[in-house]
Amino acid sequence: MNTTLKTYAVRLFPQVAALVVILLMVSIAFPGFFRLEMQNGRLYGSLIDILNRGAPVALLAIGMTVVIATKGIDLSVGAVMAICGAVAAACITAGYGLAMTLLITIGTGLLCGLWNGLLVAVLDIQPIIATLVLMVAGRGIAQLITEGAILTFNDSGLIFIGSGSFLGLPMPVVIWLVFGLAVALIVRRTALGMLIEALGVNRRASMLSGVSTGVLLIAAYVLSGLCAALAGIIAAADIRGADANNAGLWLELDAILAVVVGGTSLLGGRFSIAASLLGALIIQSINTGILLSGFPPEFNLIIKAAIIVLILVIQSPRAQSAFVFLSRPQAAASKTGEETK
Amino acid sequence: MKFKIALASATILAASMFSAASAAELTVGFSQIGSESGWRAAETTLTKQQAEQRGIDLKFADAQQKQENQIKALRSFIAQGVDAILVAPVVATGWDEVLQEAKDAEIPVILLDRTVDAPDNLYLTAVTSDLVHEGNVAGKWLVDTVAGKPCNVVELQGTTGSSPAIDRKKGFEEALAGHDNLKIVRSQTGDFTRTKGKEVMESFLKAEDGGKNICALYAHNDDMAVGAIQAIKEAGLKPGTDILVVSIDAVPDIFQAMAAGEANATVELTPNMAGPAFDALDAFRKDGKAPPKWIQTESKLYTQADDPAKVYEEKKGLGY
Repeated sequence: MNTTLKTYAVRLFPQVAALVVILLMVSIAFPGFFRLEMQNGRLYGSLIDILNRGAPVALLAIGMTVVIATKGIDLSVGAVMAICGAVAAACITAGYGLAMTLLITIGTGLLCGLWNGLLVAVLDIQPIIATLVLMVAGRGIAQLITEGAILTFNDSGLIFIGSGSFLGLPMPVVIWLVFGLAVALIVRRTALGMLIEALGVNRRASMLSGVSTGVLLIAAYVLSGLCAALAGIIAAADIRGADANNAGLWLELDAILAVVVGGTSLLGGRFSIAASLLGALIIQSINTGILLSGFPPEFNLIIKAAIIVLILVIQSPRAQSAFVFLSRPQAAASKTGEETK
Repeated sequence: MKFKIALASATILAASMFSAASAAELTVGFSQIGSESGWRAAETTLTKQQAEQRGIDLKFADAQQKQENQIKALRSFIAQGVDAILVAPVVATGWDEVLQEAKDAEIPVILLDRTVDAPDNLYLTAVTSDLVHEGNVAGKWLVDTVAGKPCNVVELQGTTGSSPAIDRKKGFEEALAGHDNLKIVRSQTGDFTRTKGKEVMESFLKAEDGGKNICALYAHNDDMAVGAIQAIKEAGLKPGTDILVVSIDAVPDIFQAMAAGEANATVELTPNMAGPAFDALDAFRKDGKAPPKWIQTESKLYTQADDPAKVYEEKKGLGY
């Protein structure tokens, strides 16, 4: 048990360190950053904002991690978010109940994932192209559903998912924490995670050793679709309307970035859902930090890019071996220094 | 010989009849930015309606917020040989080359609701509201309303680099100049969307002592204001009373917020830009008289005193 904890600590150390450094940097720029208070029965503060605003990317990152572990990629998640948001708004305004609306919306997300999975697993189309299809077409489908306008709704149940709270935490935070934990437990407490990693490292070899790679691949994309559906519901519920054009726009890239910052290789194989969630929080901390710091908006993207590059450079194998190389002579020098004493 | 002449004259007659028919039926290409806001959707609807009323064949292209898509759409309109092009440019720069191509093909281009940084001989005219003037009207309303009391203003800007963001900021600042009681304390982009408007307002509220330091919000469009109003409510403050809300566009949802007392004022940007554009085009094609380089639409101020509930009902059917 102790050794597993230690492995986790070593695995997650770069992400946790990056997150802490960024949070400290933001708190220097904006002193009231760590302040938390209770308001209307829920926690209120910048840290909660990060958890809350990071919800869509965190959810997408969960599915994306599993897809990337199979050596795939899912570019369609942003568009699937837009579709699911539009479906949710259309259902609720058409008078379906909340449960029915959620069921149809999640079903839509699963269906989108199934489509991607079939293209990748059965037709053997490269994942980047297979999911590009839905990425491009998806926004059009969402626009067809909303008829080009922002479809607003007033159903208190659906709105609760976006801005309600549970145990003092905003609902989106609760959803991604619970969902992330559930997925992590399912893949790590069973052999599923290892099978996914085997599939990612060598699909042919794992198929020959009896892993049903086809089913597993489809399941990975279906999970990604489910994550996108949840993120889409949250995004729509947050603004009480489905914005087919802007919901989830470019979020597939943020989700991939979260996975990469989390240290999972795009070449497939070993993955960590916890690290990807930390990656999502790192990205959102940068976003929120920029907003709080009061820089002119022209700097937003430059600052974000510079920080991300820095994190990736520090994480890169070359930088790490260079670090080891540079620290060795000093260690040796201090040792000889001690000896001469 | 006689037969040949008859055939030739018949061909000429047929050709002239055909050209007369095609002159009556105008084909116009319209490159729209997308439908990032309700206003944009209404502009699209009204443009289609106006074209239908005038018997114009409108070719519509949605650029999904990307300039490269718009340039592609313009090139395809030129290749199809349309009679005129309407374009709502997504950003101000980078248009010279494609506009020159349209000019070389002798296709008049009319800019709708936004302008570009290109020599004005490259397009026929621009139908826009005066964006600086809109910001000015909003700023004047705020100056008059706070009446000399000290007031910290936060600003939600449009998409960085777009002409409405630049000009609405400028006009507002001009109106505030000389009134030292009003100060813009925070200004960030909300990309003209509800989601970003809400997210950025949340950070403004945190950064300015839970919103106690903020007396007014100026949003470059209503959608960001609608998002920000939700953020203000969730922070436990009353939008419209604790924090004054003034925005631009006059989309139906802001009238709903005004009727509920949650927004204070909006400056109308009329979605009917195509009407004046088609009028100018007709005049140009009839007598070859070039319209002025800029046709300005009205910027009307609506407040809570203007029966917002009634305006909402009127605007609802417009396709916003």
